[in-house]
Amino acid sequence: MAIKEQLDKIREEALSAINAADLESAVEELRVKYLGKKGELTAILKQMGSLPAEERPLMGQLSNDVRKDIEALIAERSAVLKQHAQALRFKAETLDVTLPGTDPHIGSRHPLETVLDDIKEIFLGMGFSVAEGPEVEFDHYCFEMLNMPKHHPARDTQDTFYINENVLLRTQTSSVQIRTMLSQKPPIRIISPGRVYRVDTVDATHSPIFHQIEGLVVDKGITMADLKGTLATFIRKLYGEDIKVRFRPHHFPYTEPSAEMDMECFRCHGEGCSLCKGEGYIEILGCGMVRPEVLEGCGIDSSVYSGFAFGVGADRITMMRYGINDLRVLFENDMRFLQQL
Amino acid sequence: MNAPVSWIKEYTDLDGVSVKELCDALTMSGSKVERWTCEADEIKNVVTGKVLEMHRHPDSDHLWVCSVDCGGDKPLQIVTGAQNVNVGDVVPCALDGAELPGGHVIKTGKLRGELSEGMMCSLGELGLTVHDFPECIEDGIAILDPSLEPGKDICGVLGLDDTSIEFEITSNRPDCMCVSGLGREAAATFRKPFRFPEPQVRKAAGSIEGMLKVRNETPDNCLRYTAAIVKNVRVKPSPVWMRQRLRLCGVRPINNIVDITNYVMLEYNQPMHAFDYRNVKDNEIIIRQAREGEHIVTLDDIDRALTPDMMVIADSEKPIAVAGIMGGEYSGTYDDTNTVIFESACFSAVNVRYTEKGLGMKTESSVRFEKGLDPENTLKALTRALELVEELDAGDVVGGFVDIKGNMPERRTLKLDPDRINSFLGTDLPVEEMVSMLRSLEFEVSDDLTVTPPSFRADILLMNDIAEEIARLYGYNNIPSTIMTGVATAQLTERQHFERDLARRLVAAGLYEVKTYSFMGTKTLDLLNEPADSELRKAVVISNPFGDDTALMRTTILPSMLEVVARNVNARVPSGSFFEIGVAFHAHEDPNELPDEDRDLVIASYNSLGFYGVKGVVEDICRNANTAVPEFAPLTDSTMYHPGRAATVSVDGNVIGTMGELLPTVASNFDIRERVTVAVISVEKLYANRGGVRKFTPLPKFPAMTRDIAVVCDESVPSGDLEREIRVACGDSLESLTVFDVYTGEKVAAGKKSIAYSLVFRHPDRTMTDDEADKAISESLRRLERKGAVLRS
Repeated sequence: MAIKEQLDKIREEALSAINAADLESAVEELRVKYLGKKGELTAILKQMGSLPAEERPLMGQLSNDVRKDIEALIAERSAVLKQHAQALRFKAETLDVTLPGTDPHIGSRHPLETVLDDIKEIFLGMGFSVAEGPEVEFDHYCFEMLNMPKHHPARDTQDTFYINENVLLRTQTSSVQIRTMLSQKPPIRIISPGRVYRVDTVDATHSPIFHQIEGLVVDKGITMADLKGTLATFIRKLYGEDIKVRFRPHHFPYTEPSAEMDMECFRCHGEGCSLCKGEGYIEILGCGMVRPEVLEGCGIDSSVYSGFAFGVGADRITMMRYGINDLRVLFENDMRFLQQL
Repeated sequence: MNAPVSWIKEYTDLDGVSVKELCDALTMSGSKVERWTCEADEIKNVVTGKVLEMHRHPDSDHLWVCSVDCGGDKPLQIVTGAQNVNVGDVVPCALDGAELPGGHVIKTGKLRGELSEGMMCSLGELGLTVHDFPECIEDGIAILDPSLEPGKDICGVLGLDDTSIEFEITSNRPDCMCVSGLGREAAATFRKPFRFPEPQVRKAAGSIEGMLKVRNETPDNCLRYTAAIVKNVRVKPSPVWMRQRLRLCGVRPINNIVDITNYVMLEYNQPMHAFDYRNVKDNEIIIRQAREGEHIVTLDDIDRALTPDMMVIADSEKPIAVAGIMGGEYSGTYDDTNTVIFESACFSAVNVRYTEKGLGMKTESSVRFEKGLDPENTLKALTRALELVEELDAGDVVGGFVDIKGNMPERRTLKLDPDRINSFLGTDLPVEEMVSMLRSLEFEVSDDLTVTPPSFRADILLMNDIAEEIARLYGYNNIPSTIMTGVATAQLTERQHFERDLARRLVAAGLYEVKTYSFMGTKTLDLLNEPADSELRKAVVISNPFGDDTALMRTTILPSMLEVVARNVNARVPSGSFFEIGVAFHAHEDPNELPDEDRDLVIASYNSLGFYGVKGVVEDICRNANTAVPEFAPLTDSTMYHPGRAATVSVDGNVIGTMGELLPTVASNFDIRERVTVAVISVEKLYANRGGVRKFTPLPKFPAMTRDIAVVCDESVPSGDLEREIRVACGDSLESLTVFDVYTGEKVAAGKKSIAYSLVFRHPDRTMTDDEADKAISESLRRLERKGAVLRS
């Protein structure tokens, strides 16, 4: 058979074999069979030497064309088969994406701590440091230096656990304010978060132990307008920029003027609902300008310095944030509660 | 404090001000309104009806069929079972669709076949009692004034359409515990004049001189004592208007004399007492401290032991009242009382508070005295009482009065400094406005701006107090809001960061944070099996606890953690891992020294982490704190841990805590049947042993070489000992050593265990050779053999 016929035959055979191959490996075998070093096309090329010189270029050209045709088809067929194989693999590997993800087994902070951290964050951003003090405290720091001598009627509102006549469980973290003023010169800008104790029987809204964040600012030229601006900023950072607040006169023995700050009910936006008991506002914190006697008692000249103080209950804020209607839940620590928040 | 709107309005002009506007304005000026109620809101469509005819019900021997004129075109037919109604009576009739207190609705219907177009009402059905309307009888239809026109709304007729406002009065404002005080506040709030007429006695006859001797033996505690006498008292119910007002203030009407004293208290904030003259022996009143061992039976029939710290009103023989709190058993007014002594006194707040506490009682009178009353007020209030006696024709006023002054406080004056107040409040108010506000509250302000607060405002002491008066009348919400200027640097302290980071790390390890009470019970440490001489027994003791189980401040936070575990186990939560960072309180010998408040970390896990899981968490927090590698030594003699599953945790030779599985007995003391593994770590000590910021080690450039070895040794040999030998043998080229298998069982001899270690070798500056690794391994095995561990064949 002439070389040309042989080449045509190889091409014909190869093309049909490749088209018939249905595995990538089969295509590879065909490549070796036809194009490999020991393949059929190479074998023919070895016969080229026997051709007359003038035919050689022509046959060379033809064999190149055959090789190219086969290579092109192999590439094409391989690609098709590869895609096909991949499609099959993907199908086989398909997952049920509606099955649950694997639990990463991470625990959680107690919601109260989360809220405390958020509040600290806000005040840190406004230049307040976090001050700490003992929970078992001297009567002197908890009451007397806060303008509440023994038998002061305001002590009635803070029923106290006593250790002895001079030592008690602090009813407010204001004691930390006193300790700070005694140990640090103005300017002072602190918050004092912590545990406080009052003789209250446990029920849905009362607990003998709860958590307060009190704050104190003492500097030259501090005004009641500063108090309002600072506390309104705090509440807006905590509840959203559009929350309205109002300040109402109130009484605390260690501040004057004293106020309570209400915020517009975040559920009904002032319309009145069950959460705000129809008032449209929710009482959120107590505050006021520090009384001169308190400053002077701590060695701060009240004709030079003024300041404000405030206190907010972290437990109540936590309950409102998470929609918890029973304070006891916070201290029961049921796993099913902790996992929710 | 409750006050009716109509009474408040008597003191100032509030025309056109709605109840809501009044309440909102007073709340914002400092007299906080808790709520307001109107009885008429609960009563709808009840009118006066005149009974025209009555017939026996044909089918009943107790029902009456009545024809009643209720103001309509024709009389209504109403069936009633009451037996006290007669033709001609005017009675309250609930018409078809009427609403009564408690949500009852009345409809036209048939009673045993007879049409009934409404219901005649008793006082109870209208939410009232016979105390409010003594002329009516308790059970039966309320019979009203026969001259009343039929068809009038009952709320108007009975005065139920008034609104009662409940105020929250703060302890610094006793002057607002009376209606005139609230009227003054309302007037100032709305910038209207305050009307408060001076009371007058017009028909006094005779003289008190010679009828009554008063001696004040305790002038520090009794600041002023005024008294007057009324003869020929005519005890009877007081008029409707007075009963109405008392009722709306929450005070039960009794009789005209008692009602007058209560009315004056509500109007003037001056508690009063009326003594029956015949029961004051020798016509002598002595204000004195009680004597040792003295007793008094008070009006509430309780025998009370008095102490010399308590002040009494006595006659020549015995105490007849506890001053400012309650009268004695014969000190009241009775139907046959002829002559009464009205007392209007001012007692010291501190003494009354002391006595209240000592006797464990509070009264309407004492809650006023305890806040400090105005000694200037006694005579004015007494005069008002006498004025009312005349107005009510309750008796004949005897001329004159007794007025004994004790150590009354001096009136104080302050300087008004408008600039200072403006710069304090952050406002820009003109001085004239400040002065006018202060004057509206009855402060005297002279031309040189000297301010004399009224005598009833003992709370005004300083510039701040004046500032508050101005601020509240100006409106807190009109004061601008500013942001503080000045540079402030703030950040958490290193310690605060450390604790926050610790908590976050524990959360990442899968633990849930809990918060528990800081108390423990007197028996709690017994439950933990803690020895009698344990340091943990040195607890702070609360002198007035709720009970035994919360009587101490906890010296360890473990028990409350175990209560959390127990609660979860009982709630059938299948497994749980918790932590708490809290304070443990350690008392000192000296009770006046504050206890040490140490912050501890407690971890507890059941059906979850197990010993090695908890140990892993402890190792992780140590790594995170960059302490030295923690060491765990077997803890076999603890009273609370499983002797084979407990360890002390040390860092750099310092014990920072313990961990282990609880003894089954201890767990069951807390009602837990599960195995519980706990760790108790001192946060203070962990912090003290913290390292600095971890430093980066350059990533390796040369390949590592891994060798695994398994050795067999006695089960009692701690792996930690073997590891130490391997580390010594291998030196610096040992990059890591991990235990990947511990085996006991049939493939090793009884009492033996096999431990498999994976060792990774690496040189920082060249490739480790096989030879070097082989040498390290054979040296390791040589050393292990000395410890009784041989290569597993």
